Formats: sequence, C-alpha cells, structure tokens
Amino acid sequence: MTRATRLAIFAVAGAGFAALLFWSLVDLPDFGHYHWPYGKLLNAVVVNERHTTNVVGATVFDYRGIDTLGEEFILFTAVLGVALLLRKEREDADAAGDDVRDDALRMLGLFTVAAVFVLGLWVAAFGYVTPGGGFQGGVVLAGAFLLVYLVGGFRSYRALAPDSVVDFAESAGAGAFAVLGFVGLAYESAYLRNFLGIGDTGTLYAGGSIPLLNWATAIEVCGAMLLLFSEFLEAYVTPVSRWRSR
Amino acid sequence: MSYLPYAVAAWLFIVGLYGVVSSRNLIHLTLCLSVMQSSTYVLLLAIGYRNKATAPIFRGIHVGHPAVDPVVQALTLTDIVVSVTVVALILALALDVHKQSGTVDPDQIADLSG
Repeated sequence: MTRATRLAIFAVAGAGFAALLFWSLVDLPDFGHYHWPYGKLLNAVVVNERHTTNVVGATVFDYRGIDTLGEEFILFTAVLGVALLLRKEREDADAAGDDVRDDALRMLGLFTVAAVFVLGLWVAAFGYVTPGGGFQGGVVLAGAFLLVYLVGGFRSYRALAPDSVVDFAESAGAGAFAVLGFVGLAYESAYLRNFLGIGDTGTLYAGGSIPLLNWATAIEVCGAMLLLFSEFLEAYVTPVSRWRSR
Repeated sequence: MSYLPYAVAAWLFIVGLYGVVSSRNLIHLTLCLSVMQSSTYVLLLAIGYRNKATAPIFRGIHVGHPAVDPVVQALTLTDIVVSVTVVALILALALDVHKQSGTVDPDQIADLSG
C-alpha cells in the first residue's frame, strides 16, 4: 500500500470515526456534574475503614488491588521484553568514555541527586497519607539514579545500579506484591485482602497491608525504570564509545 | 454546561491516530501513540471531576467534603504505567529494526520485507 492510498483511506475512515466519537460524547453528563456512586462511596468509607487519608492510594493498593497486581505484571513483562530485545553480552564498562569532567556540573549533582533521592523516598513513604504512592515514588527514585548518569557519566551510574541489584529489585518487588496477596488469603481468607489491622488515621502506621504493598510497588517500579535506563543507555553509550575510539 | 474536556480527549485521540498513520519515523510514531493514550487520561479525569470539590485526600479536610472520584484517578495511574511500558517496548523494537534494516521509516521497512 502506498503512502497516498493509506492517507486517503484514513481520511474517510478517520472522519467517520471522529463523527461517531464526538456523537458518543453528547450524552455524557455535563463536565463537573459528577454523580457516580462508586467514587462517592469510596470517598465516604475509606478513611473510616482503612485509616488512610489518601483515598486514591487505598483504591490502588486495597479496594482495586487485583487490578494493580495485573498492572504490576504488565510492567514486569514489558520490561522483561525490553531486556530480551536489547540485552547482549555486556561490554567492558571502561569502554564508555563519557565521564563528566565539568566541576560545576558535578557539584550541582552532589546536591540534586541527594535531594531527588530523598524526595522519592518521601513520595513513596507517605503515599497513602498525602499525595504520592509507590508508583510515583519509584519513578522519582529512579530519576535520582538517572541524574547520577547525567552528572557523573555511565560508569558511575553502572556502579550504583548494577544489573544484579536492579534485576533483583524489579522481580522481588513484583513477587512481593503477589506473595502479600497470599498472606491476605491465609489470614483473612481472601486473596489480597487487607491484613495487619488498620492503625492510626493519617499516620504512616495506617492502612494495614497497604504500606507493604506500597513499598513492594515502589521497589518494583524503581527497578523497572532503572532496568529500562540501563538497557537504553547501554545501547546508546556502546556505539558512541566505539566511534570515539576509532 | 461544558463538554470541552471530553472534546479535547476525542481530539487528542484522533490527532494521535493521524500521527500514527502518517508517520515516517518509528520514534515519532511512538510519541503519537502516547498522545493517543493521553486522551484516555483526559477522558477519565474529566468524567471524575466534580465542581467545587477537592482532591480525594482527606488530610486536614473532614470526611464528607465533596471530593473528585478516586477510582478514575487510580485507573489513570494504571493507564500511565501501561503507557510508559508500551513506549519503552516499542522504542526497543525500533532500535532493533534500525539495527536490522538501517532505517526507522515504516514505509521503507515494509519495502524491505517485501
């Protein structure tokens, strides 16, 4: 099929699809006039039932925990796919001649890396009390490692996030989520049901098993992001260093 | 009375789809796909929005104060994670394709494979 035919087909099909799509929006309730029972119910009961003040966090790790389990494994499988596609025999890390030698940049890194790392821990730790959570915190934590690459070069990044640790973190996080589900099954007779008791409202000691699932997720997401960074950086750095050494 | 956020979601989807269909570069195509996916975030959050309501986080706010829907926010979170992993997977495939065929133009790749 040529490009012109394809675009012509899309012009017709796309116009029809757009018409249907906009037509389907007409009967939606007015923006802002919300009246679905499920969300209202959760907003009304979660703080009393689980003592967690972030209802989104409780929804993700408790009321819709099975959903999140599936999502964890989508993440796990996709990252596994990337690793299968890109991972080869590791070359000697010394080959990567991209060390950063700019003092101002390294100094900046000294402050920002630590600050971003602490921010990530905070976002993950207080995920069920204030805005945040394991997914968000895990990404911020991985961002701190990526900053190490930016201000320190690939070798420093590799030293801080070696494959053995990153692979383990990713699988251990995903595995822990599934295993915590079985603990719920053993103690509360339903898979992923909350156990441990609900604790004190609005503190870190709240939500029963929500904090555990939250941290399992943070570790998995951080590991998954680092694994992606490692594979893509490796794919980028190796040809660059080969080209430079020519 | 406003349907604008829903219309934005539909428009993002269509404009992203146009980008995917007309793309000449696999990396550009991947970005168009994430534009399409972001239409679902807008739609979900727009459906859960409630006038004069706060975020569903009851710290310093008494329970019973109107808050937006936490379920669609949780779904959006799921959506974003899936989107990121899909983008990573497609970019890895694009790298592989470039290594095999030396191009990232979908049309030329189709020509090569016959």
